[in-house]
Amino acid sequence: MANDCCTPGGNTMILACSGGSNVGQLSNQAAVELTREGVGKMFCLAGIGGQLSGFVQSARDVPNMVVIDGCSLGCAKASLEQARVEMKSYVVLTDLGIEKNKDLNLNPKEVVTVKQAVKAALGII
Amino acid sequence: MLIKVMGPGCKKCHEAEKVVREAVAEAGSDATVEYVTDIAEIARQGIFSTPAVVVDGTVKSVGKVPSRAEVKTWLGK
Repeated sequence: MANDCCTPGGNTMILACSGGSNVGQLSNQAAVELTREGVGKMFCLAGIGGQLSGFVQSARDVPNMVVIDGCSLGCAKASLEQARVEMKSYVVLTDLGIEKNKDLNLNPKEVVTVKQAVKAALGII
Repeated sequence: MLIKVMGPGCKKCHEAEKVVREAVAEAGSDATVEYVTDIAEIARQGIFSTPAVVVDGTVKSVGKVPSRAEVKTWLGK
């Protein structure tokens, strides 16, 4: 029997709006890469939006979380509010100076900018 | 009432099962308690971390050992 739980207590939940614009997909790409790098673990915002109890309760109980919205419409933030989940760290990509458009060919430099902003929001840089 | 304690077999997961069983006994509830280690079933619940406690299909607690008092509220006691 393992002494520690399978999921480390310090694990951070990453929620991205993953919307249909450059900033939505930048939020998604940053979440994917930060998960691969071990900064946290991407989780399903759609499950929270759909009010599925496993997703909602997971978001309520997780000690560390960062929410990434592409723009100031704040769809991820609104989804959490609807589900009565307290938001912790928060990043909005257009606040970083990234202009919203419909070009889904992502700029790698902007992905790096987003990842840095997320790490800063989590206090790890 | 069916209570499922979900976890792969770690120390915290067994502690959660113990707390749930104690709370059920203290409350005099006839709830059935199951300990689920099947990773596929755990994943289907959309659980971020374990241990998790599911009461009649609704996830009540994730990634922590609940208190007996908390469990009793789920039992309606």
